[in-house]
Amino acid sequence: MNTVVNNLEQAAPAQPAAIECECEYVRPVVNIYETPDTYVLEAELPGVNKAGVSVQLEGNVLTVEGRRSPPALPDTELFYRESSAADFRRVFQVDPAIEAAKIGARMEQGILTLTLPKSDAAKPRKIAVA
Amino acid sequence: MTLTRWQRPDGYGLAPWRRSLSPQDGLSQLLQSFAGVLDSPLDAGLETQFPDGGLPAVDMHDGKEALTVRAELPGMKKEDIDISLEGGVLTLSGERKGGCDSESGGASHCERWFGRFQRSISLPCRVDTKTIKAAYTDGVLSITMAKAEEAKAKKIKVQFN
Repeated sequence: MNTVVNNLEQAAPAQPAAIECECEYVRPVVNIYETPDTYVLEAELPGVNKAGVSVQLEGNVLTVEGRRSPPALPDTELFYRESSAADFRRVFQVDPAIEAAKIGARMEQGILTLTLPKSDAAKPRKIAVA
Repeated sequence: MTLTRWQRPDGYGLAPWRRSLSPQDGLSQLLQSFAGVLDSPLDAGLETQFPDGGLPAVDMHDGKEALTVRAELPGMKKEDIDISLEGGVLTLSGERKGGCDSESGGASHCERWFGRFQRSISLPCRVDTKTIKAAYTDGVLSITMAKAEEAKAKKIKVQFN
C-alpha cells in the first residue's frame, strides 16, 4: 500500500541541492486528511499572510514555508514572548501519484490548506467482474 | 494570619490582590504553582483551564501609552473568540471548531488542537477599560489597551534644597 504523506524528518531531513541560508525555522503544526480523491494538508502559520507563503513540489518532496510579517508596534518593548520569531518551514515526502498541476492552496487566518488531488491511477476503482 | 509584604505588580505577574497568607495557604499555593501546567509568569496564581489540546501562545508589548497583547490563534472565526477584562486580568477564551474527524476521510495525521480554551493573563499595570481594541488578522489576535493615567511613566522633578 502506498504511504500517504510522510514526514521526511522521520528518516533523514531532506536537503535541497543548495542550502540558501543557515536559518532556524519552526515546524508548523499540520493536519493531514485523506479522501478518496484528494489529500488535504492543513498547516498552522499564524502571523503569515498570503504573500509570505511559499509551497514547492520537487519530485515527491513538498516544501512549505511561511514568512512571518507581524505589524510593527512603534515605541513599544516586547517584554514577554511565547511565540517564536523564526519563520515556518516543513518538508514532506508525498505520494508520487499526485496530480502536481492541480494542487490547490488557500490561506485564511493563518491556516494554509493544500489540496493535493490524487492522480487517476491512485483513486480507488471498482473492477467489474464479467 | 501572618502579614506578607505587598509587592507592586511591575512586569512579571504577582496578582495585585494577593492576600496575606496563613502558613496553610502558603503551602497549598506553593503546591498549586508547582502543579500548574503552564510555568508562565503571566498566569501565576490564576486559573488557566487546560483543555484537551493546547493554549494560544501570547506575547506582550509594553508601550508608553498602551499595552498590546498578541495571541496566536490560527483558523478561528471572530465570533468564536471571547475577550474579557476584569480586575486587571485579561481572559481570552473561545472554541476552535473543527476536528480530526471532521473530514470525510478522517485525519491520517493530527497535530492541531481543537475545542474550548481559556487563558487568563494578569496585566502588569492598570489599563483604561473603556478603550480596548481587538483585531484578528492572519490568525493573530491583537488586543490593545490604553494604560490608565496613573500607570504611565511620568517625569518627577526633584527639588534640591
